[in-house]
Amino acid sequence: MMAEQNMPLWEVFIRSRNGLAHKHVGSLHAVDAAMALSAARDVYTRRGEGLSLWVVPSSAITASDPADKAMLFEPTASKIYRHPTFYKVPDDVGNM
Amino acid sequence: MYTQGLLDAKDGPAERPPEPEAQLQRFHERVDAEEKVEPNDWMPEAYRRTLIRQISQHAHSEIVGMLPEGNWITRAPSLRRKAALLAKVQDEGGHGLYLYAAAETLGISREEMVEQLLAGKAKYSSIFNYPTLSWADIGAIGWLVDGAAIMNQIPLCRCSYGPYARAMIRICKEESFHQRQGYEIMLTLAGGTPEQKAMAQDALDRWWWPSLMMFGPSDKDSQHSDKSIRWKIKRFSNDELRQKFVDATVPQGHHLGLVFPDPALRFDGASGHWRFGAIDWNEFRNVVAGNGPCNRQRLQQRRDAQADGAWVRAAAIAYGEKRARRGQ
Repeated sequence: MMAEQNMPLWEVFIRSRNGLAHKHVGSLHAVDAAMALSAARDVYTRRGEGLSLWVVPSSAITASDPADKAMLFEPTASKIYRHPTFYKVPDDVGNM
Repeated sequence: MYTQGLLDAKDGPAERPPEPEAQLQRFHERVDAEEKVEPNDWMPEAYRRTLIRQISQHAHSEIVGMLPEGNWITRAPSLRRKAALLAKVQDEGGHGLYLYAAAETLGISREEMVEQLLAGKAKYSSIFNYPTLSWADIGAIGWLVDGAAIMNQIPLCRCSYGPYARAMIRICKEESFHQRQGYEIMLTLAGGTPEQKAMAQDALDRWWWPSLMMFGPSDKDSQHSDKSIRWKIKRFSNDELRQKFVDATVPQGHHLGLVFPDPALRFDGASGHWRFGAIDWNEFRNVVAGNGPCNRQRLQQRRDAQADGAWVRAAAIAYGEKRARRGQ
């Protein structure tokens, strides 16, 4: 599929503030990383949206299959002992 | 991922034999529960086609919409107005990109969509086939055309298709600057000399009815509405949105001291709505059919732009290939 495209696809991630993680904001077409970065700057940061940009070739991303959602993510629902509220601590012990 | 629909278009979910009844029922349950549909999720073919049509038309409208306003960038009356108009037209180009990207997640390439536009096969908003004859038109477009677009687009932020909804959230944030800058132009003209006020009135006279037509055919004639509402692509009917727009806009026009070109316009105290006269649907159909004042010019300008930029794209691709061969 990529060969048919005139230009490869890139996914754009922005870190909006210091200390926050980069977040996916959209995608664009560009022939190489430098041009993808330059286009991402023009298109996705016109209003002070961020302090740092990542561009990643879309083809480099491996995503889980939505059909596997139940198999992958439902088992955690039964593992309530992974949450702090599962454990009883007397009130007079205070916050823990 | 955002664009995987495009990457997987050939060997993706389409090849897995679906179980139509069970799949369809699960799809509707998810949509009814206000869950978002994401690119790789199973979806009915008609839902996919409807979205491709709607999102690509929307993208084309952003791109063609740059033309009537671009017409005034070099003749803006001050540096302040020029900077704002440049920024606005640049935004429209960005909106086109977000929307093409959202449509690509459904398995159509941007090149294919652009080709459909240039071949005259794809539609775009009828409003952009009207000319911008005076500077006041830039005010009227921001106030009325962007105002109508916002009315249409805010409910799309809750559209059932995730990538479209997310693109619309970005777009709506940016559109509010567009409408306010347009209204400010109208305010300045309406408060200026008699000639300036006459310019503002003339722009309102020419843009009012085409703006009302932007919401599309009346509900009783709309061919796409029922399914789109069932699928939560659309949240309100064309007529509902049009009425909301009229109710919001008429007082703004009166604040400018301008007169709407509709002798039937009156406030209906019982319902709290502004009632307006009959829309000339023949004009609308005529413009949609390609016979508006600027249809041919707009398409020609897009074709020229595409042709003029061909060497830039070819050079970029050749450069990219050379870098790839040399291992960066």
